[in-house]
Amino acid sequence: MGRFDVIEMKGTERLKRGFAKMVKGGVIMDVTNAEQAGVAEDAGAVAVMALERVPADIRKAGGVARMADPKKIQEIMDAVTIPVMAKIRIGHYAEALALEALGVDMIDESEVLTPADPYFHVDKRKFNVPFVCGARNLGEAVRRIWEGSAMIRTKGEAGTGNIIEAVRHVHLVNENIRLLQRMTEEQIYSVAEKFAEPYLRLARELREISGLEPKILETEPVYEEYTYRDITEGIYRVLLEIRKLGRLPVVNFAAGGVATPADAALMMQMGMDGVFVGSGIFKSSNPPKMARAIVEAVNHYDEPEVIAEISKDLGEPMHGIEVEKLEVRLEERGV
Amino acid sequence: MRIGVIGVQGAVSEHIQAVENAMKKLGVDGDVFWLKKPEQLESIDGLIIPGGESTTISRLMVKNGLFDRVRELGESGLPIMGTCAGLILLAKEVDGAVPGQRFLELLDVRVSRNAYGRQVDSFEAPLRLAFDDEPFPGVFIRAPRIVKIFGDARPIAWHGDEAVAVEQGSVIGLAFHPELTEDTMVHEYFLRKAL
Repeated sequence: MGRFDVIEMKGTERLKRGFAKMVKGGVIMDVTNAEQAGVAEDAGAVAVMALERVPADIRKAGGVARMADPKKIQEIMDAVTIPVMAKIRIGHYAEALALEALGVDMIDESEVLTPADPYFHVDKRKFNVPFVCGARNLGEAVRRIWEGSAMIRTKGEAGTGNIIEAVRHVHLVNENIRLLQRMTEEQIYSVAEKFAEPYLRLARELREISGLEPKILETEPVYEEYTYRDITEGIYRVLLEIRKLGRLPVVNFAAGGVATPADAALMMQMGMDGVFVGSGIFKSSNPPKMARAIVEAVNHYDEPEVIAEISKDLGEPMHGIEVEKLEVRLEERGV
Repeated sequence: MRIGVIGVQGAVSEHIQAVENAMKKLGVDGDVFWLKKPEQLESIDGLIIPGGESTTISRLMVKNGLFDRVRELGESGLPIMGTCAGLILLAKEVDGAVPGQRFLELLDVRVSRNAYGRQVDSFEAPLRLAFDDEPFPGVFIRAPRIVKIFGDARPIAWHGDEAVAVEQGSVIGLAFHPELTEDTMVHEYFLRKAL
């Protein structure tokens, strides 16, 4: 084999994380049809999320929310030249494989849909398509990164138009990273052990049901082919990388409650790499104008006079909901 | 030496890091910064247009008043390097453009947007460079394909027999992402143009 032979490698971590890097500084918009996708593209969205319903309507409809109809996703893929993402239920391998086969550019393993697996997320390393996952705190973020997520987003509280939960999640991740930077390697290893615990839930439950000793064997796989020790060490390595970088090693977006240009600017000021806007655009009274304004707000987040100017006369933003009044907290799904 | 990286959207910090590494390798004293405002264009020795979403970058460059001045500076010989979306912006002819999308038209090439396929078709492959003997790690992410080279442009990198980068005077356009690798050879080549 010569050094310049035409060899192509696909689905590498560099390609998956690299894809996410290309959407930095951008806005990813939820759309439910080809027409909305066109509005998003014209407004300068870096990608669209193809859905059957925006989160506010999923919330209203209740019942089980599943992967969108692939025909609908395909129509959106055919309508725009920018990347198209789509959501799967947490832990639903078959939906993930189907969307990969369809050719979506990124899969969101999302708490906005009804979880399919009560114990585990998808092992994302087994796919060529990159994944984004939601996280409320550093533990969730690190677990998803260890599972192969190429991008993280806050969970926020989708479909509420209320930014408080996204702000909470940014604080929880950022402050935990600062805390990590003051820790010794021994302390960080203890954190890794703690962060790996949720993978033991199924193994523990089995022992309880069977009346066995709660002790889990060192050699016993607890998630896919990985033992608790494998997972702890994998998570430890992710934590060391985070300590070194002072940030997550993958692109980190805000999501779940962004409803105005100022909300988007706030997320950028708090150090996010970009924003997802779900219901905020197409549940507002003037979607094209709101979409353009949010794109510009992300671009000019550190220029208050620009934020003031683009926030003028946008019409009604989406109706907001207080998080305390919710019956279902989507953010609690998938730890 | 002052290098600006167009900082409206995309993989900006990766280029800044790569330029810093390349400057160190070359022993060049200089700085590299996020360029967002038109007045920042007046004091630079070289400009990078990063990868990202070409529709978004084009729109924001026009909106921020960068677009026309970048084109003038490119025409008058400012070294400019565009990667992926940056190559699309520099091209004279673009297949698959969105209506109304504007291009700088500084390179005599025809490129086809997303012609290698969607993200699942993104790939890594060793490339041959015109200015170095070692293989260069090519990273192609929803990359544009160079389908025609005409006029004064000439190829400077190949994947097999296919050209994946071109140069025309002081302007370089790459279909791939050298900023996502540790190899600084391409950035060094660009910086030598800005010396």
